[in-house]
Amino acid sequence: MTREEAPGEREIAVVAFAQTDHRRTSEELSEVEMLMPVLHDVLGQTGLKTADIGFTCSGSSDYLAGRAFSFTLALDGVGAWPPISESHVEMDGAWALYEAWVKLRTGDADTALVYSYGKSSPGSVRDVLTRQLDPYYVAPLWPDSVALAALQAQALIDAGHTDEPALAAVGARSRSTDNPHAQLRGPVPQGDYVVRPLRTGDCPPISDGAAAVVLAAGERARELCARPAWIRGIDHRVEAHGIGVRELTDSPSARLAAERAGAFERPVDTAELHAPFSSQEVLLRKALRLDDGVAVNPSGGALAANPIMAAGLIRIGEAAARIHRGESDRALAHATSGPCLQQNLVAVLEGDPR
Amino acid sequence: MPDILKAPLTVEFPFTRSLGPVQSAFLTGLRERVVLGVRTGDGRVLVPPVEYDPVTAEEIRDLVEVAPTGTVTTWAWNHEPRRGQPLDAPFAWVLVRLDGADTALLHALDAPGPDAVHTGMRVRVRWAGERSGAITDIACFEPYDGEPGRLDGHTGEFEDPVTGIVAPARLDYTYSPGRAQTGYIHALAERRLVGERCPSCRKVYVPPRGACPTCGVATAEQVEVGPRGTVTTFCIVNIKAKQLDIEVPYVYAHIALDGADLALHGRIAGIPYDRVRMGLRVEAVWTEGARYPDHYRPTGEPDADYDMYKELL
Ligand SMILES: [Zn+2]
Repeated sequence: MTREEAPGEREIAVVAFAQTDHRRTSEELSEVEMLMPVLHDVLGQTGLKTADIGFTCSGSSDYLAGRAFSFTLALDGVGAWPPISESHVEMDGAWALYEAWVKLRTGDADTALVYSYGKSSPGSVRDVLTRQLDPYYVAPLWPDSVALAALQAQALIDAGHTDEPALAAVGARSRSTDNPHAQLRGPVPQGDYVVRPLRTGDCPPISDGAAAVVLAAGERARELCARPAWIRGIDHRVEAHGIGVRELTDSPSARLAAERAGAFERPVDTAELHAPFSSQEVLLRKALRLDDGVAVNPSGGALAANPIMAAGLIRIGEAAARIHRGESDRALAHATSGPCLQQNLVAVLEGDPR
Repeated sequence: MPDILKAPLTVEFPFTRSLGPVQSAFLTGLRERVVLGVRTGDGRVLVPPVEYDPVTAEEIRDLVEVAPTGTVTTWAWNHEPRRGQPLDAPFAWVLVRLDGADTALLHALDAPGPDAVHTGMRVRVRWAGERSGAITDIACFEPYDGEPGRLDGHTGEFEDPVTGIVAPARLDYTYSPGRAQTGYIHALAERRLVGERCPSCRKVYVPPRGACPTCGVATAEQVEVGPRGTVTTFCIVNIKAKQLDIEVPYVYAHIALDGADLALHGRIAGIPYDRVRMGLRVEAVWTEGARYPDHYRPTGEPDADYDMYKELL
């Protein structure tokens, strides 16, 4: 949906963003203990209290924790009494943000709190993620998340879109970030093959972490933030579940989502891509038509920190924060879910003209 | 602060799934060493087959046999196989487009090393010795340089078709309850019950979870509560749980420990089940060597006034 569609519709902006310092393990903290400082931070930036928030939406996955309804405990950190208007998606927080954006567009609320978190440390992420695969034909073979990404990486190499040195360069550039929240910063050995052709340096770190943003509509956004990051368009698309049905060297769903979000109407200066594997950044740059003039993942992206279920929301937050700080005027934020970029969400964010 | 508790946690479940007509035909076919695909409205053949066209969403049922030979469309060398994967020795993950199919099937390729694998190489199915109607009836693929496999023109009609699969899943975790609950569990082992007080509303939560759900702020001040308390409400359990060594009927109750602002759950014993009542005064009972209370029993005190606990219901 682009802004031409409906005259007089409400404009929605990201007005605040906070995240944890992402770490390999935060076992000394329960999920709510990990999340709470982030919630306080993001509310503190706007001066809002829980009671002022019109709608709250979160994203997480029970499979990371190994416990049913684990998200209900995290609600304690929000302060859900007296009753609040609340929802949850068993997905990355980027999709929770999409739900909140819809809620604000309907006029039901003026502000929304969106948060997400993931603790990967209790389990084995590579194995846990196999449980999201087709349960009849694929999951019984236990192909882990690196293996599936490696199949896509080899397809890209065979098609001449990249090679192993180019992939290594993606990882090295991502981790050269000065982002204080990143888990991996500076030179990291490219390492041995995890599943060939992907090496350690092509794969994301295993992370515990959380993130939160505040959305606000229209004038409310201007009251809460000196330079709101207006969501000019946002869209998400999904491809066939079977990876053998898909064209693995392309991402038609990412391209379509970008088109519907208005990304191709004017160039962007920044792109925060949720590409947990170096090969996926190569693919997304092509699908999203990002040339070398665009600052891609100045935050370090998922190769520097990958708290599952929060990493996509963090891309939107990082893009918005650059607009807040005046480092970007028009940014693209992307989130993905599922094997080999099965689902893709794209948001286009803009600051007011300076 | 004592060490944060940790314990292994295994989540294991045999997922029982029923099959639709197309999946049933495909998996029964594997049992009989026949590979079936499904033809879409525009004439493409999908292997593995699905019941709805991924492009048009139309229902599709037109089964066609494809060959057990095919071509690798992409691959990845897995030098360290993980639990549950098709082969124990290093192997290649492959997407294979079987002869006669337009899409690719994911499976394992048994090959001596990565140098023996390339995109475009020819492979064939190696069938499992024992087959039950599951994707694992294909043991793996193996390199093959012969002619495309022969087709019998199988229709997909089978005697005794497979109608469901049981897919066991197991994930292993190391569970840690975090700071607040670790403190609670450590105290229980010392036969103490502790809650945490909210710095804002002053309510005492037990068991503590590290946050006040009303105020949304961290709780940290530890407060000793109980060991006596009041039954605020209860139910009578008549169904015996598996692996639970408690005779039914028994009473499960909400108990407001003295000094707490939230009732916790506990089993009531030491009194006939039909004499448990709201307001009954009870206390925690640790059995010999136990790290947590086994149950709560009546203290013999007069019942508490309703007004004393009505806010905790
Ligand atoms: Zn409180």
